[in-house]
Amino acid sequence: MRERHGDCKMKKIYIQEEYCIGCRLCEIYCQVKHSKSKKIIKAFKEEMIDILPRVLVEEIGYNSFAIQCRHCSDAPCVEACISGAMQKNKNTGVVTCDEDKCVGCWSCIMVCPYGVIRRNLSGKKIASKCDLCIDEEIPVCVQNCPNEALKFMDKDAKEKNPVGTKTGRKNEK
Amino acid sequence: MALELKQSEFEIERDKNKCISCEVCVRQCSNDVHEYDSDQDTLYSDNSKCVGCRRCETLCPTGALKIRNREDQFKTNYNWTSSHLSNIYRQADSGGVLLTGMGSDRAHTVYWDHILFNAAQVTNPSIDPLREPMEIRTFIGRKPERLDFEINRNKDSKESLKDTNIKLKTKVPPQLDLSTPIMFSAMSYGSVSLNVCKSLAAAASEFGTYYNTGEGGLHKDLYGYAKNTIVQVASGRYGVDVDYLNKGAAVEIKIGQGAKPGIGGHLPGEKVTGDISNTRMIPEGTDAISPAPHHDIYSIEDLAQLIYALKEATNWLKPVGVKVSAVHNIAPIASGIVRAGADFVTIDGLRGGTGAAPQIIRDNVGIPIELAIASVDERLREEGIRYRSSIIAAGSIRSSADVIKAIALGADAVYIGTAALVAIGCHLCQKCYTGKCNWGIATQDPYLTKRLNPEIGTRKLLNLLRGWSLEIKEMLGGAGINAIESLKSNREHLRGINLNDRELAVLGIKHAGEAW
Ligand code: SF4
Ligand code: SF4
Ligand code: SF4
Ligand code: SF4
Repeated sequence: MRERHGDCKMKKIYIQEEYCIGCRLCEIYCQVKHSKSKKIIKAFKEEMIDILPRVLVEEIGYNSFAIQCRHCSDAPCVEACISGAMQKNKNTGVVTCDEDKCVGCWSCIMVCPYGVIRRNLSGKKIASKCDLCIDEEIPVCVQNCPNEALKFMDKDAKEKNPVGTKTGRKNEK
Repeated sequence: MALELKQSEFEIERDKNKCISCEVCVRQCSNDVHEYDSDQDTLYSDNSKCVGCRRCETLCPTGALKIRNREDQFKTNYNWTSSHLSNIYRQADSGGVLLTGMGSDRAHTVYWDHILFNAAQVTNPSIDPLREPMEIRTFIGRKPERLDFEINRNKDSKESLKDTNIKLKTKVPPQLDLSTPIMFSAMSYGSVSLNVCKSLAAAASEFGTYYNTGEGGLHKDLYGYAKNTIVQVASGRYGVDVDYLNKGAAVEIKIGQGAKPGIGGHLPGEKVTGDISNTRMIPEGTDAISPAPHHDIYSIEDLAQLIYALKEATNWLKPVGVKVSAVHNIAPIASGIVRAGADFVTIDGLRGGTGAAPQIIRDNVGIPIELAIASVDERLREEGIRYRSSIIAAGSIRSSADVIKAIALGADAVYIGTAALVAIGCHLCQKCYTGKCNWGIATQDPYLTKRLNPEIGTRKLLNLLRGWSLEIKEMLGGAGINAIESLKSNREHLRGINLNDRELAVLGIKHAGEAW
């Protein structure tokens, strides 16, 4: 399990949209990760109806990028949640939805500025969102992106090695 | 419309038990082979459109796809092979010249595979490159005929050497300094994507070697790598001006290319858009035609004029070389080029790659690079002018063994093109000329070019250079040699296998089993 940090040191997923090839493998592996069996073929053939990808690939023309919960420091979904299901963990900074408490009122969906919470209607209505694969060293979408369009790092590293290499060079400003 | 008689070359097998209908294959194939039917929740594939690039097979997350060569396309016939039949069917439909990409796939003799390298035993010790110094640094450029020194001896001193001041008087002509005898061959921005150029340039500069712009000018995003850039001047002179010449570390005049000796190039107007038109310095939408000859070069004397004009334009600060394809009279041609003042001669062999060439030329014109290097090195030595030029071998260098054999045959360094592209994903489908490269290499389609992340490309190329360099050191050490210089043209370290007397004579090597 990866180290837990306060919010500023928190590792987040960043996207290099110029290298997202729109393959949607991030979505597929996210679904597998959140399936019961965690086996890709079984998950899709038998559990498919229950699992939504928590990362969404947006596409316009040849531009595409994958977006998932930003785990905002002032998470509006947490504020809006009427049942206390949506919480931001003080240690890890990860915003998660407690499915037992969630009543499916969709208040969080209304306020999320990124549109990355989805309605899971397969059983009891619950909000479905990215949990940053907290039990993995690196979130599965990042691990399985074939073109390294997704990067998992903290803000400092992001600034040192700015996302969006224009020249293929390391550490270029 | 009459039925097309050409048959599919590939057969796509999709394992229904594994396929999860994720449509990754649908999204990855630029040839629209796969199609998802939502009514049936099934995928269909059109074999006839598949070019065998294996992009879908590689990205399928469940391993459900297999792309198989169809060997039983036609009734077996050793004379009228499937490729002859397919080509005739294609031409009967199109009436045109058949185009292709990459190097020849015909079963020409690959001499590398008939040459074996030596190792030291008992009589001379082998060297462990991990523990002892091993030099593979190489210099490309004209070497002085001899060295003159200025020696000032302090007469009163008893310790003669210590108080002697020795200075090199000879002016050494400009050299390229390679940390490994491997460079990236000319691949123009236009024939490959900018992300490919960035990967090559960044890897060359990080490793301390060179990449070559090809005939496409120098994109401004690559200016930062100028110190590791060889700028090319080809018959179309696209993107060439005095700034371009001075940006590079060396200038290469391109006369010919191994895949298409005697043939020019043609980048259709549709592809000359925005950045490409700027970089090539031609208006958008105009065809970029590279004539077959340089229209100002009809003799060695004309070539000499261009060489000296370029030296003058670059203040005599940069090596100026000439690239030719390996043709039948390559030895005297190379001799002429050296006498015309070239600081290096690049020879590109029969199996060299290309972005687009007529298939008939690619497969039938020119000679293998192994024979060309051997005969050129031999001829230049005979004439006593070998020191005046470095020889760079190109045209299908597939491994570090090929590099070391090329050097032992007489080359100073090699260029790799195809091997570099393979390192960043090329699967040799030979469809580069269609501009639909699924690996994001030989294409300008923004949907496809982003498939090559230059950060990954650079890393892979660096790894390739590192791996090959280590292997070269291992092989040198095994043969008891501690500097690549000592291997140059040292053909005693090579032996032929399954070669006839003529072949051995041209290569200048003994047959395996023959000792001195
Ligand atoms: S896996 Fe990577 S490249 Fe593919 S859609 Fe997701 S972010 Fe884009
Ligand atoms: S990529 Fe593989 S699993 Fe996905 S639809 Fe294609 S064949 Fe099926
Ligand atoms: S052309 Fe390439 S990506 Fe398309 S089906 Fe054939 S092998 Fe797969
Ligand atoms: S560069 Fe692309 S199109 Fe050309 S052979 Fe390689 S994979 Fe195929």
